[in-house]
Amino acid sequence: MEYVIKTDKLTKRFGDFVATNEITFEVEKGEIFGFLGANGAGKTTAMRMLCGLSMPSSGTATVAGFDVYKQTEEIKRNIGYMSQRFSLYEDLTVQENIRFFGGIYGLSNQEIKTKSEDLLEQLGLKNEAKKLVASLPLGWKQKLSFSVAVLHQPKIVFLDEPTGGVDPVTRRQFWDLIYEASAKGITVFVTTHYMDEAEYCNRISIMVDGKIEALDTPANLKSQFKVNSMDEVFFELARGAKRSD
Amino acid sequence: MRTIRFLLEKEFRQIFRNKAILLMIMVMPVMQLIVLPLAANYEVKNINLSVVDHDHSSYSQKLISKVTASGYFKLTGYNGLFKEGMKLIETDKADLILEIPRGFERNLVREGHQQLFIAVNAINGVKANLGGAYLGTIIRDFNNDIRLQLLPPLKFDGATVIEINSSNLFNPLMKYKFFMVPGILAILVTMIGGFLSALNIVKEKEFGTIEQINVSPIRKHHFILGKLIPFWVLGNVVFTLGLLVSWLVYGIVPLGNLVVLYLFASVFLLAILGFGLLVSTYCDTQQQAMFIMFFFMMIFILMGGLFTSIDSMPEWAKIVSRFNPVSYLIEVMRMVILKGSSLRDILPQLSTVGLFALVLNAWAIWNYKKRN
Repeated sequence: MEYVIKTDKLTKRFGDFVATNEITFEVEKGEIFGFLGANGAGKTTAMRMLCGLSMPSSGTATVAGFDVYKQTEEIKRNIGYMSQRFSLYEDLTVQENIRFFGGIYGLSNQEIKTKSEDLLEQLGLKNEAKKLVASLPLGWKQKLSFSVAVLHQPKIVFLDEPTGGVDPVTRRQFWDLIYEASAKGITVFVTTHYMDEAEYCNRISIMVDGKIEALDTPANLKSQFKVNSMDEVFFELARGAKRSD
Repeated sequence: MRTIRFLLEKEFRQIFRNKAILLMIMVMPVMQLIVLPLAANYEVKNINLSVVDHDHSSYSQKLISKVTASGYFKLTGYNGLFKEGMKLIETDKADLILEIPRGFERNLVREGHQQLFIAVNAINGVKANLGGAYLGTIIRDFNNDIRLQLLPPLKFDGATVIEINSSNLFNPLMKYKFFMVPGILAILVTMIGGFLSALNIVKEKEFGTIEQINVSPIRKHHFILGKLIPFWVLGNVVFTLGLLVSWLVYGIVPLGNLVVLYLFASVFLLAILGFGLLVSTYCDTQQQAMFIMFFFMMIFILMGGLFTSIDSMPEWAKIVSRFNPVSYLIEVMRMVILKGSSLRDILPQLSTVGLFALVLNAWAIWNYKKRN
């Protein structure tokens, strides 16, 4: 099995506070990996370390084969990232955003042109191409944001609560996009609060108070905890959590 | 290089999309350059003068009419009691009291000397100083007139008189505007460049868009250059507008070479933009950046030599002003525009500001962290 993410006792401390506590896991190439946990469990911190946005305090990790301490710029060439906050430029149009992000990842003008046409077609945003991103509804923004994050065909895409505040229909469409990306061989690393979404993942890990308490396929986890839904698995584990915000 | 092109494209799009800011950038300097030099004027006129005349003689009348005829003073009170004059000062109706003692004319004619008393309201230091000086000059003049009348001509009177004739170089008519306009333009360029750049990276932090940049393979110096160049272009546009206004409105045509002027302005812009970007990398919110810039701008402007001469500052302040890029711009603007200084003359200032530009931008690049 080929692993695209490998961590060993990866830890991040902020002063006395241990946000992420010695987490060890692997993510296989091409899988959809769900990263679950209550608010404040340390999911975002872990993800930011893997993306090269945050310096680990200790432990080791490689992403796409590159070291998170020394080779962050190589990592950044090989990943896509969609943060919790919407982070495309609101004062640029849909097309301008696509062009800019395609450009800084080194796509050629021709590639940018064909890819943005495909993307607009796929998202049904053809008529909105020349509209400012600020004017789009949240669900559309999130879908656009995801498409931009995978525009340069990264090996891995990191999604931090991509469907927060989005209606169920749009969430469903969003997951269609994720499956499509996955089918193209992009590994998906996604954090979420929605347990129905957890069911869509190949494997999931559940973080509690900075530690990974469970890691397996949704089906195995349910039988392990002898419950019927992921909701119950989550409750079993997160009930003991001491920190939340 | 290609990355920078995309960054520039994006920055310019954002700048041109924000019409309010764009209008500010273009209209503000033009308006201020037209209005401020008219108002910010050191020439003190309309000094309110209260005369307390105890003499009521023809000489005292002559003196008073000579003072009021000068155009600098406005007679706001004419009393026989000092107390009355003082009241006018207290109620802010007078800035100066000229007290003419009893027997003014008699003593002048008979004894050949007489004392006058001037009381100055020193709350407004500039007005008081200049007002006192003007009044002194007028009285001395009056004195000379009387001597010519009273003393027989050609008779040696024992006192040596040194007369001073001066010629004002480079600004022969001592036109205040010639001195002020280049300085105000320097400050406008500084303010616009400094604030725009200081707010820019912080804005990306506030909106969260910087995350998307930080997670991309953009090089740090590309990112900073992508921010620097658009504002540098805008700064030069503002500078050009300013020069046009000074030419069209005030008839100020740079005596020196325009290329030299632009060369210096360009290097200066790199320095002040670098400073703004540096502040931007240290701040988390636009509010913080705004206040920090405000703090430095006040120092830059008040210690830049526009309003007060750096030469008359205390030693420590002179040292501080050596680190003030704005003081170099104001100095060079005046040198090149009014004196026609050449590249060789401004070389020390140019290299200092160039060094500032280098250090500040390198510091900004160093302090901009893609990972924390």
